[in-house]
Amino acid sequence: MIATSTDPAPQANEPEAIVIRGTSATKRVLSRNTSERLMGLVAPVGLFVLWEVFADIHVIDTRFFPAPSSIAGTFGTLIKNGQLLANTTISLERLFFGFLLGAIPALIIGLTMGLYRPVRALVEPLIQGTYPIPKSAILPLILLIFGLGEPSKIVMVAIGVFYPVVINTVSGVLQIPKIYLDVGHNFGANRWNMFTTIALPGALPFIMTGVKLGAGLGLILIAIAEMIGAQSGLGYMIWNAWQILSVNTMYVGLIMIALVGFALTAILNEVERLLIPARHDR
Amino acid sequence: MIAAQAAPAKIRFEDVGKTFEIRTGPVTAIEQISLDIPAGSFFVIVGPSGCGKTTLLRMAAGLETPTRGTITIARERSDRPANSMIFQGESIFPWMTVFDNAAYGLRMRNAPASEINDVVGHYLSRTGLTKFAKAYPHQLSGGMKQRVSIARAFANDPEVLLMDEPFSALDEQNKTLLQEELLRIWEETKKTVLFITHSVDEAVTLGDQIMVMTAQPGRAKAIIDVPFPRPRKVLELRAEPAYGELVYHIWGQLRDEVLAAKAGEAAEVAGALR
Repeated sequence: MIATSTDPAPQANEPEAIVIRGTSATKRVLSRNTSERLMGLVAPVGLFVLWEVFADIHVIDTRFFPAPSSIAGTFGTLIKNGQLLANTTISLERLFFGFLLGAIPALIIGLTMGLYRPVRALVEPLIQGTYPIPKSAILPLILLIFGLGEPSKIVMVAIGVFYPVVINTVSGVLQIPKIYLDVGHNFGANRWNMFTTIALPGALPFIMTGVKLGAGLGLILIAIAEMIGAQSGLGYMIWNAWQILSVNTMYVGLIMIALVGFALTAILNEVERLLIPARHDR
Repeated sequence: MIAAQAAPAKIRFEDVGKTFEIRTGPVTAIEQISLDIPAGSFFVIVGPSGCGKTTLLRMAAGLETPTRGTITIARERSDRPANSMIFQGESIFPWMTVFDNAAYGLRMRNAPASEINDVVGHYLSRTGLTKFAKAYPHQLSGGMKQRVSIARAFANDPEVLLMDEPFSALDEQNKTLLQEELLRIWEETKKTVLFITHSVDEAVTLGDQIMVMTAQPGRAKAIIDVPFPRPRKVLELRAEPAYGELVYHIWGQLRDEVLAAKAGEAAEVAGALR
């Protein structure tokens, strides 16, 4: 039967064909990525605008929430008088050396534990047993042992970095399919080669996850350590600002720590991209 | 003992057996096998799954130790590795490029860079991988990955090549292509090959001699000579009536063992369910 325009409703016993039409144009102006990134900016910018407005008309208490514009002013002052740079530099230094002191042993111990069962059996209980202790709770002991100088801060960071790196390195080695170890043995890899050509590269994605977690924990711990046992650094700057009730300075310190954390993540992501080409150029 | 030809043995299994200790007690994977594999031959072992053929190969590779008997690989040159294995499934390192994977064995024994470049370059070109030298495994298809594995083993220049069902995970078309490529490369080098498979077709296509193994515990049931001349062309060979007859003959040898293996499996499952 041929349907005509005067007969728009098809009869029950003659089902209509399902037609899927192609459209020639994709209507998106911005790529999805760009538009999502722009949307991500809406919330923080909006918050700052509201904050500024509410502070100006005194809806919120500016003793606790000074207007963003006034925080920016303090930021400028602290940059000019060099305080911000000096405190940031010293915190970064401690973070850097603490990171090396924690991550390098963690890597070596983790790879050895992953490759050698007896070593794992021997060391794992120690790590499992000490891991749950809050790292900040060890600070007094660390201050007692290492004094108020630089070593205590560096050791605090190192302890924070050590655990996530060692734990992730062990899991990283253990998840390497056994066939790769067979290949290593069959093609004459010695112990050192097993570490460098199989365990380390095979576990690298896990290790990088541990390193990122460790860096975050290190940042937390350096702030805490500097609040209690230091006369310099961003943590000290925030704590000191509380003591002299310079709320603006406190916010500047918080923003600076956030920026350091942000930069650290960006750098580590880039390092990961360079170290694990097989993972990212797909 | 089933003696092969008069040619000197390259790989000799003498009274080799393997028993595994598992929770429920000892399990004999291989009862007793004595076997001489002549130098320069392509020797294939077929058997039902679970017959211990992979165990036999892993023992020859030194990845597992026999619980009785000895395995001897005759050496021509002392600077050569005794064996290189082409593994079943994915065995090339995902974190290395195709070139680095193929160069692995040579690097592990500190071969000079110029030699590595020459040898690896040669085998990458023989396996059609030259263009992909800098690619990573995740960019390759299953067939290409197995070509890298072949290049890696040949580039290592071992006394013998051990192959553990290297094509079992590939589709039919890729399998045929790779069998042909393997034959071509092997015919240039004439290295002694010990090849494990469960496919009778593959065994007849590739082998000079075929050993049929019994179901678990593994023993040698028969050794069959494959009379087809070399160089072989896989498709032409398969069109020959003699090819079909040989496959049929070997299937006859194997059928009882496959049924026995199935019965064993069924009994095991029933036991586990009880």
